[in-house]
Amino acid sequence: MKQFFSFVKKEFYHIWRDKRTMFILLGMPVVQIVIFGFALTNEVKNSQIAILDNAKDEASSTIITQLDASKYFEIRQNLHSYPEIEKAFEAGKIKMAIVFPQNFSEDLHHLNKAQIQLVADASDPNVANILTNYATAIIGDYQRRINTNNVLPYTIDTETRMLYNPQLKGAYNFVPGVMAMVLLLVCTMMTAITIVKEKEMGTMEIMLVSPMKPIMVIIAKAVPYLLLSIINIASILLLSVYVLEVPINGSIVLLVFESILFTLVSLSLGLLISTGAESQQTAMFISLVALFLPTVMLSGFMFPVENMPLPLRIISNIVPAKWYYSIVKSVMIKGLGLKVIWKETLILAGMMLFFLTLAIRKFKIRLA
Amino acid sequence: MRTLKFLLQKEFRQIFRDPSILRVIFIMPVIQLMILPWAADYEIKNIKLSVVDHDHSEYSRKLINKITASGYFELADYSNSYKQALHKVEHDEADLMLEIPTSFEKDVVKENKAKLFMALNAINGVKANLGGAYLRTIIQDYNQEIRLEWLQMPRMNIEPTIQITSSNWYNPLLNYKYFMVPGILVILLTMIGSNLAAINIVKEKEIGTIEQINVTPVKKYHFLLGKLVPFWILGMVVLTLGLFISWAVYGIIPLGSYLTIYAFAAVYLLTVLGLGLLISTYAGTQQQAMLISFFLMMIFILMGGLYTSIDSMPHWAQIITKFNPVSYFIDVMRMVVLKGSGFWDVRYHFIIMFTFATVFNGWAIWHYRKTS
Amino acid sequence: MQAVIKADKLSKHFGHFTAVNEISFEVAPGEIFGFLGANGAGKTTAMRMLCGLSIPTSGTATVAGFDVYKQTEEIKKNIGYMSQKFSLYEDLTVLENIRFYGGIYGLSDRDLQQKSETLITRLNLQNEAKKLVGSLPLGWKQKLSFSVAVLHEPKIVFLDEPTGGVDPVTRRQFWDLIYEVADRGITVFVTTHYMDEAEYCNRVSIMVDGSIEALDTPPKLKQQFSANSMDEVFYELARGAKRSE
Repeated sequence: MKQFFSFVKKEFYHIWRDKRTMFILLGMPVVQIVIFGFALTNEVKNSQIAILDNAKDEASSTIITQLDASKYFEIRQNLHSYPEIEKAFEAGKIKMAIVFPQNFSEDLHHLNKAQIQLVADASDPNVANILTNYATAIIGDYQRRINTNNVLPYTIDTETRMLYNPQLKGAYNFVPGVMAMVLLLVCTMMTAITIVKEKEMGTMEIMLVSPMKPIMVIIAKAVPYLLLSIINIASILLLSVYVLEVPINGSIVLLVFESILFTLVSLSLGLLISTGAESQQTAMFISLVALFLPTVMLSGFMFPVENMPLPLRIISNIVPAKWYYSIVKSVMIKGLGLKVIWKETLILAGMMLFFLTLAIRKFKIRLA
Repeated sequence: MRTLKFLLQKEFRQIFRDPSILRVIFIMPVIQLMILPWAADYEIKNIKLSVVDHDHSEYSRKLINKITASGYFELADYSNSYKQALHKVEHDEADLMLEIPTSFEKDVVKENKAKLFMALNAINGVKANLGGAYLRTIIQDYNQEIRLEWLQMPRMNIEPTIQITSSNWYNPLLNYKYFMVPGILVILLTMIGSNLAAINIVKEKEIGTIEQINVTPVKKYHFLLGKLVPFWILGMVVLTLGLFISWAVYGIIPLGSYLTIYAFAAVYLLTVLGLGLLISTYAGTQQQAMLISFFLMMIFILMGGLYTSIDSMPHWAQIITKFNPVSYFIDVMRMVVLKGSGFWDVRYHFIIMFTFATVFNGWAIWHYRKTS
Repeated sequence: MQAVIKADKLSKHFGHFTAVNEISFEVAPGEIFGFLGANGAGKTTAMRMLCGLSIPTSGTATVAGFDVYKQTEEIKKNIGYMSQKFSLYEDLTVLENIRFYGGIYGLSDRDLQQKSETLITRLNLQNEAKKLVGSLPLGWKQKLSFSVAVLHEPKIVFLDEPTGGVDPVTRRQFWDLIYEVADRGITVFVTTHYMDEAEYCNRVSIMVDGSIEALDTPPKLKQQFSANSMDEVFYELARGAKRSE
């Protein structure tokens, strides 16, 4: 045990001496959580739109005022003819054009029927889709309002409650995702690189001829990074609560425990990568370039997993961040306990064991 | 020029001598480009619905039928216990629950007014918002049907209605892949380029060979150019590979010209590589270089406008994106591929990217010291 | 004859630490100049200043007639350098390394062709020419490094502990190479720990704690310190050193 601690101490010296790296390691998650926490949201708001108002009457101008007043739209341009729409789109800034026909008000009140045309720039299909929905809803509101004068019989009212996130804040969805992403990538990369570096420099050989078991050598390398990660977990949680105002509704102990478990999964993955990589460059490519996009895209925080085609839904199960993301949402935001997330917890623990066993086995083969 | 030839020869040899890196550079983007775009679908559909029906009436059944027939909702659970439904929401087995009170049918018919209760998992605010809106629309339609059953037809037409027609230009079928595939290609290109360049000079620093180069009469810009050109060529090959997959797998052919894409990519790669080299001249170890480049890449990529809309970001974040090369390339890709924009339409993008390239590379050359 | 290296009160400070303290000496063309000193005495720092890798804090020096402050790039055209750290690319082959370094010094294709052939024959590397440098034994790598450093026929070649960690036979062969080069008129400036190697030099200087404490031919130094070998001379001087690793 004493030998083990002297190894751990040596690792700490490495990290401590390289102040620049340590600063980056501890500072990076902080900066990223703050930037992404504020800036990333799947909400679509302040979208610039153009209006082609051929009617210029009371009804059209009321609708236009309401569109402009909503947080979703910002009227940027008034167009005068249909071909101008295309020009506006091509200039790039306008996301949607709304066209009112001539005699809009008159049609609406006398013929009881009028038309509005929404033209969306669907080169970003998500924005186009959401904006069409928002515009439809605002116009629908207007229509309902002009109709409230005649009270209708047989009315079904719907009362809606937004659970967990009544203000519909984007951060509630993104903060758990960003936590998963930052922890996974930082831990995996650090462990992978630090071990491969020793391999490259030849110091690994020296440690392996020491009387300590190779497994312990490897674990000793991971311990300081685990502690660094715990500091990161603490700073991330503090920022989430006090800066991003995402509450911890569940047990904080459970949340920290799950985060440490997730960190261990990442460290084990890093170990596994290090056994396969021969140079720091390869280790970095595998742990960043290969992990980054799948983590972002398959863990569920950017794109709903249930929308994916079946093969991808299956693949997404091997992405550790997916399970952690789900755990954080349950504990932090829904305020639930282990009873709900035991399955996810078991899966993460299983992944950790799997990566670790595989890493140790590969490591032994290399030695033999 | 002759010096440059030898520097290039050496860099190329080193690149091709390490097959593991080469494999990663070429195979990884191909695999990711073939798999990941299928995951990108923001559309709100398959909303899992848990119904708590206390009424068990003809009307409640009809309502549920109408909801499930709409195609947006999937009936995940049907019970008469609020607790069970909430349980489903907690376990993420349901996104939305609809509670139908005991006297629903009676209230509609006799009291002229009935109330439904809906609760949504709002962690994903947009999904909750749209899901709720869909459900309310269906309920209103249903409401209308009931009225039609009880009232005379003509009376209903008196109400003024606004018909909304919507059209989606440039991508009428709202095919997410048209948008996602070129975007992911940009991201892969960025990650590969910046990582390769960021590591390279530091690696020579760590091994010690840079000392030997510094004592030769090789000019600073020759040395950096020798590093830049091979990666630039690799980047263009990856781009070509990516565009080929876009066409072969996803059938994406740019409306605009490939030439515009290549021309922009040429300048863009100079920017990304220049940034990498700049990081490399500052970093002391490969580890530092990787961390810094990774840190910047994550910000560039996630704030590049591919995953979330830049307009929705707070003002300060929008200013950051003005300095984000990724957002310009994604914009250009979108314009050229889907809108058919030509060189003239993206001239400002070109000018800005060219400025970036000049600044980063100039800075790297200036900061790289042969003599301490 | 005009000296090829002239140093006058050359100093280098790192913060408060004086690595090199006002050293002055001259090296004549074709000379084998031994630059001795214990670890940390300042040899490498002094050498790096002369090679144009590091700008001095004070004093003056010229190398091949060029100023070490302003004409570092001119100096680099006229010198060869072999550093303590191994300086060839391990992932390139023997031939590729030769052609690379020859190329960036501006040798013509014909020269490259001819010189790499001579070099490979001279070092008996015919069978290894297409092997990666990383796979060669250390002694061979060192000999190759040296030969590459003089491939472009520089006026002066700087060698920083070129024989560290190499067996006695290879060291002997290494010095044969040095003599060959000196015979061609190339000045050799070499640092070493091995005192038997000091005997091979025309003149040696001994640095202690950043200053040159002795400078002469080996026989004269022995005489001066009434010692039997350079080893004793060195020990006599280095004993008083305050810094050592």
